[in-house]
Amino acid sequence: MMSQDDVHRLAYLEEAKELLADLEASLLELERSPDDADLLHKIFRAMHTIKGSGAMFGFDDIAAFTHDVETIFDKVRNGLLGVSRELLDLSFHACDHIRALLEPDNAGDAGLAAAGLTLLEGFRRYAGEDAAPTDVAMPAPQEESPGVARIYRLRIRPQGDILVTGNNPLHLLEDVCSLGECRMFVHVEAVSPLDDLDPEACLVWWDCVLRSSASRQELADVFVFVEDECDLTIDLLDDGCAMDGEGVHKLLGQILVERGDITPADLENALSAQKRLGDILSDKGLVQPSQVASALAEQSAVRDLGQKQADRQEKASSIRVAADKLDFLVDLVGELVIVQAQIRQAVDESGDPHLRGLAEHLERLSESLRDSTLSIRMLPIGATFAKFRRLVRDLSTELGKDIELVTSGEETELDKTVIERLSDPLVHLLRNSIDHGIESPAERQAVGKPAAGRISLAAAHVGGEVCITVGDDGGGLDPAAIRAKAEQRGLLSPGADLTLKELYHLIFQPGFSTAKAVTSVSGRGVGMDVVKRAIDALRGSVEIDSERGQGTSITVRLPLTLAIIDGLQVQAGGEYYVVPLGLVEECVELARGEDGQRRRIVNLRGEVAPVLSLREAFGLGGQPPSIEPIVVARVDGERIGIAVDRVVGEHQTVIKTLGRLYRDVDAFSGATIRGDGSMALIIDVAALVRREALFEAGRT
Amino acid sequence: MAEAVSSNDNQYLTFTLERELFALDIASVREVLELVNITRVPRTPEAIRGVINLRGRAVPVVDLKQKFGMGSTASTVNTCIIIVEVDIEGEPTVLGALADSVQEVYEMESSQIEPPPRMGTPIRADYIRGMGKSGEQFIIILDINKVFSSMELAGLAQALGEAGAEAGEA
Repeated sequence: MMSQDDVHRLAYLEEAKELLADLEASLLELERSPDDADLLHKIFRAMHTIKGSGAMFGFDDIAAFTHDVETIFDKVRNGLLGVSRELLDLSFHACDHIRALLEPDNAGDAGLAAAGLTLLEGFRRYAGEDAAPTDVAMPAPQEESPGVARIYRLRIRPQGDILVTGNNPLHLLEDVCSLGECRMFVHVEAVSPLDDLDPEACLVWWDCVLRSSASRQELADVFVFVEDECDLTIDLLDDGCAMDGEGVHKLLGQILVERGDITPADLENALSAQKRLGDILSDKGLVQPSQVASALAEQSAVRDLGQKQADRQEKASSIRVAADKLDFLVDLVGELVIVQAQIRQAVDESGDPHLRGLAEHLERLSESLRDSTLSIRMLPIGATFAKFRRLVRDLSTELGKDIELVTSGEETELDKTVIERLSDPLVHLLRNSIDHGIESPAERQAVGKPAAGRISLAAAHVGGEVCITVGDDGGGLDPAAIRAKAEQRGLLSPGADLTLKELYHLIFQPGFSTAKAVTSVSGRGVGMDVVKRAIDALRGSVEIDSERGQGTSITVRLPLTLAIIDGLQVQAGGEYYVVPLGLVEECVELARGEDGQRRRIVNLRGEVAPVLSLREAFGLGGQPPSIEPIVVARVDGERIGIAVDRVVGEHQTVIKTLGRLYRDVDAFSGATIRGDGSMALIIDVAALVRREALFEAGRT
Repeated sequence: MAEAVSSNDNQYLTFTLERELFALDIASVREVLELVNITRVPRTPEAIRGVINLRGRAVPVVDLKQKFGMGSTASTVNTCIIIVEVDIEGEPTVLGALADSVQEVYEMESSQIEPPPRMGTPIRADYIRGMGKSGEQFIIILDINKVFSSMELAGLAQALGEAGAEAGEA
């Protein structure tokens, strides 16, 4: 059992990692538009939260480090420091450092601490070069001059669930009080009688008058952790305009205090007197005191209505759920789909029309339940793309190239597991493009291309698949070099006749690299085969397109999910198998040749495709029917016919792994449960075709 | 690890393969099923009969008789699948084992169990954890982890052998 503290620490770690990702994204954007004040605020807020929650959960080294970095960014935010490449480099290193500090294994690592100090030294040097004396450089936004006390009215309305998220509004109030002299007005109208009271709901809210020399930003920073859980209005009162009568009176009192004409105690008296003035209204029987309060509340509510509605919609739009809960849900839905298939089979056999109607209804429901459950696991790929921006920046700098990464389709959604396992192969592809693809600026200019290279990373839905393309405008693949290399490595017999596409595909062979020099980035010949294997494992495919001198683009096609697919059930030799429906193009029939022999080629409207017999491939024996159904599938861009005994039909297929004992069996990607409770194997068509091709090669 | 726990329990599930009486430590047995339809996975060794659906999981079923070179298990009313949890290279794995019939849960003190004889056992001596006795009949207590971890390696070798042979034939 995890202690409450551990739970919080874990939550912090997760949150901090997300914040770091945001921070990096903002920094990268800042590089492009260094004057964007909103971005600077965003960066500052992210750092502030990392620092604040870090301190709260005992990550003191993180808090200390981030504090110093934050100080620098405070100056940047206030226009005292400029944004430069040096600052951004330092900031990226700082992100890396914080990330390292977050690793529990690194706790107390002396080397890390030293690295942190070096970094901070760098920051300080940067600040020193460029900045006014630090102490004077208090936050100094244009509208508010520092050092002068100002009066603010704060309306702090925590939302009902603020306590649930682990925040204590009282601490916030204490923080506010510590900024200056402060008076709180608590509103308790919404608190229900004790019997109905929900102790976890926060039903009180506060109006607060604060006299402080703090800037509006500093005030807002107090609430930076609860931005989403607390509605906060800060009004600057000392210009005396745009306020209701009550506000003006308070303002007058406080001005008196400010001038030293009265003491705060006098002010308090005066204020309470004014309260009584308010009471006069109710004494006259015109209104109830609570009505005054509620009218005020209503007024402010009306004013903020539009804003709040927008906020609330945003808040309702996401909820954080542990991934294993989702996995469990997906499992359950998988079971449900199986049971539903069994029910359908049983009902079909019984022939009862009423039952059949119900079963169809159930089928529709379970189908939409399946779809929406799987869609919960879908995440936009944008977060992964954002990570790559940093990679491209760092690598291109290291290699002395100028490369721009253009991304599109960030909103394309993919299964969480797929995204996680896709990251590494994409890194390999990008590295390849940066290192091998894009030429050096000098080379580029020599052939009349712009000095800056361009790598595009695009994602899009195509049918039931997701297409991810990594393209560059570099030198393109050199077919002659690939051929020479392949012959040298014995992957290709000299003079073998290959299409360009087949030739390109050779780069996915293990140990293949045409780079002449080994760099730290690539050239060791690992990479592309790893990419191919990782994509295969995700039941995806890779295609290469390249033009000499114009660039290369590599397209990765992936299924949307790994858990449930649409499958075509077929029968061969008394056993049932499933072919992933996404691969199937059509089903045709093939009669035996006139000599009674089975044909090995099928003619599809003039186009010829090889036919593979499941019976033979699986050594099932027995006699195939005289007219064999052929399932035509597309594998690696080529069509292949699969001869079966019978095509059963289309079914939702829940993929179950075959487990350890069968891990060396590559022709199947798993098994699924049929309507009658027995199992059917899911054919990994690509692997099967590869294996058969290997046997063919062995035969000749 | 299983050993320490099991020797305290002293309980064994006995079953038959042909005429011989075998036993498995009850701690490694999860349940016993009637024979169901086993889906054969093509091009795998005969000793792995295929997979069954165990409440939504694909569980491989091993034909112990094939494994021990005692011929193939026929399907009779008494044929059972014993679901066991074994440790293969430190990974807990659920497997099914075919038995001609399942007898009973039998209690044996560790003092009643003798080490396997050097020779004359119907199966390889290293699969045997010990020999017990029920009346006049010997009970062969299997070391289930050893039986199944050898399964994997043997299976792979055999599969490769088959593939090679076929490629050669054609």
